[in-house]
Amino acid sequence: MTKIIDIEKAVSLIKSGDTLMVGGFGLVGCPLSLLEKMEEADLKHLTVISNNLGEPGKGLGKLVLQKKVKKGIGSYFTSNPDVVNAYQQNELEIDLMPQGTLAESIRAGGAGIGGFYVKTGAGTKMSEGKEVREIKGETYLFQEALQADVALIKAKKADRYGNLVYLKSARNFNPVMATAASLVIAEVDEIVEPDDLSPEEIVTPHLYVDYLVVRGGDGNES
Amino acid sequence: MNHKQRIASRVARELKDGDIVNAGIGIPTLVPDFIPDGVEVFLHSENGILGVGPFPEEGNIDENIINAGKKPVTVKEGASYFDSASSFGMIRGGHIDVAILGALEIDETGRIANWAVPGKPVLGVGGAMDLLEGAKKIFITITHTTKDGKPKIVKENHYPVTSERKADLIITDLAVFKVTSKGLVLTEIFAHSSLQEVEQKTEGAFTIDPSLKQTN
Repeated sequence: MTKIIDIEKAVSLIKSGDTLMVGGFGLVGCPLSLLEKMEEADLKHLTVISNNLGEPGKGLGKLVLQKKVKKGIGSYFTSNPDVVNAYQQNELEIDLMPQGTLAESIRAGGAGIGGFYVKTGAGTKMSEGKEVREIKGETYLFQEALQADVALIKAKKADRYGNLVYLKSARNFNPVMATAASLVIAEVDEIVEPDDLSPEEIVTPHLYVDYLVVRGGDGNES
Repeated sequence: MNHKQRIASRVARELKDGDIVNAGIGIPTLVPDFIPDGVEVFLHSENGILGVGPFPEEGNIDENIINAGKKPVTVKEGASYFDSASSFGMIRGGHIDVAILGALEIDETGRIANWAVPGKPVLGVGGAMDLLEGAKKIFITITHTTKDGKPKIVKENHYPVTSERKADLIITDLAVFKVTSKGLVLTEIFAHSSLQEVEQKTEGAFTIDPSLKQTN
């Protein structure tokens, strides 16, 4: 059994109308080879859950310019002027969330939790339309968990089972996204032998990972 | 020192040995350069680092180590990396001692606005609300007035607030204010400024601490 496939095959598993989770904080920890291959694919009406929507012409930013993205769910879109522009032209819907609420919604989505109460945003415009609850004298907002059809994540290395190790601050949203989608595709820099990874260092155990692709590779590694 | 460095230098003197500090973007990123000798603080970055070090020298950049402003940084001995959900668990869960943040405005009760401008699309909030909710202390670093000379310390915020939670300390390029349950208290004035200037450039009400000091 192998989980290693080529990037083209991986992208063919994504369908128009899908909800995707895409890892990364800016472009760091973003599965850029998968996104690049998606530029060539005939995909539309995607909902993308990601902290940002790339940078101008880079990463998810390119897919926004190609009008493949219908809706973005994330915490910070102002760093990409193309996203602001697409929103103002009514070409893109945006659902803005505090970054911690975004991360926790994904964590909950992968852990069988339907939703949770969080203080962040209470008493602000962010609370509009949200269920409010007093807990021990403080105001909390209800937040539903997030799940996706496909998660595209980035790790440093994997073994052939799909155990993942991340690199420095490129970890960010990737481990939680690995838990919260029906289909999880991890883009990695290298595939190593299973005994090259110590069980202690594995951050994402293989049960979460469906497929592996190698950055810039043809899938025949190892 | 320019006025931003002066603000950063003053806020750095508020930090205590062992503090876990989250410094936002803008003026707060200058704070690590001014931490006094004998004080060791640990910088937390929302994207998953505890133990952020100085900015790297050119040619020595590791593109996989960035701060919340997406700028390359380094890590210090004892540093750790973690995922975003853990990072915000630290923030909301009360494990960060101090958050140093910028603001667009702050009202006379100490509530800040730093995430949205009316009339413009609101497309970015990032970690600002989480930090205001969860950090044990909030220090605000701002220039006293906008580029057009309008006071940033106002009676009522024109911009939407980031949280109902109030700041603890406000440090501008002219003065230092403590936020108390009774409102803002002016505690220090920088040597290059004067009480008259501070009064002129502050719209929100404040009282003057009986032991008002001059500071550098």
